[in-house]
Order: sequence, then structure tokens, then C-alpha cells
Amino acid sequence: MYEQISSNKIKSVLLVMFFAAFVVAVGAVFSYVFEWGYVGTAAAFVLVVVMSFTSYWYSDRIVLSMSGARPVDKATEPDVVNLVEGVAIAAGLPVPKTYIIDDPAPNAFATGRNPEHAAIAITTGLRDKLGRYELEGVIAHEMAHVKNYDTLVQTLAAVMAGTVVLLSDWMVRSFWWGGGRRRRGGQGGGQVGALLMVVGLVMLVLAPLFASIIQMAISRKREFLADANGAFLTRNPPMLASALRKIAADKNQLRRANKATESLYIYNPLKDIRNGRGLNALFNTHPPIEERVRRLEEM
Amino acid sequence: MGAIPLVCGGGFVVLLLAIVGAVIALYNRLIVLRNRVDNAWSQIDVQLRRRYDLIPNLVETVKGYAKHERETFEKVTQARNMAINAGTVAEQGAAENMLTGALKSLFAVAEAYPELKANTNFMQLQEELTGTESKIAYARQFYNDSVMSYNTGIQSFPANLLAGMFGFTAREYFEIELAEAREAPQVSF
Repeated sequence: MYEQISSNKIKSVLLVMFFAAFVVAVGAVFSYVFEWGYVGTAAAFVLVVVMSFTSYWYSDRIVLSMSGARPVDKATEPDVVNLVEGVAIAAGLPVPKTYIIDDPAPNAFATGRNPEHAAIAITTGLRDKLGRYELEGVIAHEMAHVKNYDTLVQTLAAVMAGTVVLLSDWMVRSFWWGGGRRRRGGQGGGQVGALLMVVGLVMLVLAPLFASIIQMAISRKREFLADANGAFLTRNPPMLASALRKIAADKNQLRRANKATESLYIYNPLKDIRNGRGLNALFNTHPPIEERVRRLEEM
Repeated sequence: MGAIPLVCGGGFVVLLLAIVGAVIALYNRLIVLRNRVDNAWSQIDVQLRRRYDLIPNLVETVKGYAKHERETFEKVTQARNMAINAGTVAEQGAAENMLTGALKSLFAVAEAYPELKANTNFMQLQEELTGTESKIAYARQFYNDSVMSYNTGIQSFPANLLAGMFGFTAREYFEIELAEAREAPQVSF
């Protein structure tokens, strides 16, 4: 258990650092090759940060209203709230607000900018189809997301990816509208200049793709980490594994899920589109269920 | 007089400041870990009190339907009083185990009275008590986790050098496996 926790933590930190370096590199190349490079990089970054910060700060309200969740308390859902309170004690966190989504598809998510403003939502499908300890396992997975500040991590990753995407978009436009032919130093170095242009153009196309891949890799590592931490909280990995298997086997499709909220759920709600192998697997927000179950059963 | 002594002196000051900064950071970290342990300990108490508070209501509800089961009620009330008045951690652990056993008997008795089982008050209390048992277990688990973090903190290098100086001592784990408590309570009437 401990090994899995530390390994996933280290991997996700390394990924974020690598991502940051990548973004800086992309910014540097674009600044050199294209006319509005410097200004463009700074502007893109600022814009993305402002937009992302707002959605991060109000993440609980935004996500909850998008998913159609309703708040519940001890009077309306005593069993569920008791489980949430118990797991919060195990985690040493304040009790997050609990929400229910009326949907037969079993799923759950956690959101909120920090543990003091956190919220956990589960579907009626999850509540009805899982046993007490399986449900507790899922709640523990979500609590682990809260404890690990995963909303913040996902926002950071989204900011970096967003910056690269926006930057590429702008550079394409500026290139299209006549910029980019002039370079620093006036005359340019002929062949070296042309080579750099080619590199710049290739990066233009590939950078957003690469950024997306890194962002998805971070998301998957955090899911593994939440599995490991969640199992650690309950000291009951088999129950979480069993819950994941039940969730994966369920045929229902979550009604109010879309690409914006996809990565927050415990199981990918857009599974029909995203459950691919090979190259497709690079773009999955969640690791494959067999791998998650296997790691839990190894603990 | 030259630049070199000046640079060395400046470098020395920077190094000193860095060391002082590190000591402060380490000290504060140990304080945070220790306070977490204290908080976790009081959390256990909060959950235990909650359990004691729920029990009289439960006994009254069951009495309403099964007034002849006197031994069971007395066992529960007796165990509860012992737990509330327990002195040392060991005594409390033993009393808690007795109380858990007595509650199990009480719920076993309730199985024979279908009207009682259907009573909403009873069902609510049963759920509350099960939840509280779970929370007690989690509070103890979190306490032990906090103790582990804290003990690891004061034993690691270089914090162990500070720990002795500033009076940070290792904390004990909460162990409920006591020799007496392992035996099921034998009550004869």
C-alpha cells in the first residue's frame, strides 16, 4: 500500500514538473520563431490562468450544478452521511458536503478547491447497487482526491495544457495573417532560419497533442493514487476492487456527463468513447479498470 | 582588505541564516505533527461519548417492546457505566470491549421482536450506533496514523537532533488488544 502511494505521488510530481518545462520550452521556441512570440506566450498564460482560477475557486458550485446534484444531510440520507463522516475521521479532514445525483448509473466524484470547501457526490445507482463496505471504499477514494488536493492538480495541468493549446492557436493565426516571416536580426540566417521555421511549425501542430497526452497521464496517475490512498483509509482494498468491478460491469450510461466533468468521476462516464487500447489509451482520463483492480488486489 | 574576506563573511552569514531557517521549519513541522496526535486523541473521546449518549435511548426503546429481557439491559447499563468511569487507557479499552459485547447481545435479543425491529426509532438508533462503532475504529486508526507520522518525524535525521533538545518525545500507539479484553465477557445470572 505504502509503496503504491509514494510511487504514484512521485510520478505525478515528476509529470507536472516535466509538463512545466515542456510549456516553457514551447513558449521559448515560439517566441524565437514567431513575431508575437513573447507577448503571445505571456498573454496566453495570463488568460488561461484567469479563466482556470475562476473555475478552480468555484469548482464545487460549478461542477455540482453541471451534474445535477442535490445536497443531502443526516436526516435525508443517514446511511450515506454516516459513511462520509467515518471516512473523513479516518482521513483527518473536515466532513465534506454530501450530494446525491438521481441516476441509475453507479458513479461518484469529489470536487472543491481545498478540504474545507470540498463536496462528494454519489449517484442513487451507486448507493443502491453497492454493499456498505464497497460504498465506503468508493467514498474513501473520493476523500483521497480531496486530501490530495486533486482539484488543484487537475487545474494546474489544465492551465498548462490550455496555455499550449491557446498559444498554438494564436501562432497559427499570426502565421496565417502574415507574421512569422520576419525574425529577430533582420535578414535571418537563410537555411538555419528555415529549419527553425519548420521546427516551429511542427511544434505548432504537435505541441497541443503532446500537452493533451501529458495532461491525461497526470490524470491517470492521480486516479491510481486515489485508489491507493482510498484503500489505505479503509484498510480494505478488496472492497474497493469489488466496487470498481461492479461499476464497470453496469450497463447504464450516466446522463449528465460531458468532457468537462469526465475526469472527476471514479469511473469514466464516457466509457463507450474512451475505452481504447494502444494509441487511444494515451487519451484516457482514467486507467483501465483491470489494471486498477489488479493493483488493489496486490496490496 | 580585499573582496575575498567580504565574500567569505557574506557566504558564512547566508549559510547561518539557511541553517536557522531549516531549524525553524523542522521545529514547526514537529509541532504540527504533535498537535495532530493530540487532536486525534480527543477525536476518539468525542466518538466514545457519542456512543455513551445513544445507549440510554436505545435501552428505553427496546424495553418498550421486550420488558422481560432484564439481564440484557443490566449488562448494557453496567458496561456503559464502567466505560464512562474508566480511569486508565487500559481500563477504558477493557470496558469498551465489554460494552461492545453487551450491545451485541442486546441487538441479538431484539431479533426476536419483529415489532421492535420495525420501529423507526430503533432502526435509526441501530444505524447511529453502527456508524459510531465505525467512527470509533476510524478515530483510533487516525490516531495511530498520526502517532506514526510524528514518531517517524522525531526519529528521522536531522530532526532527531532537535527532538531531544526541544523535548519532543515519542507517543504510544493505541492498542485495544489487551489480555483481559480478549476473552469474551462471561456474565452469569
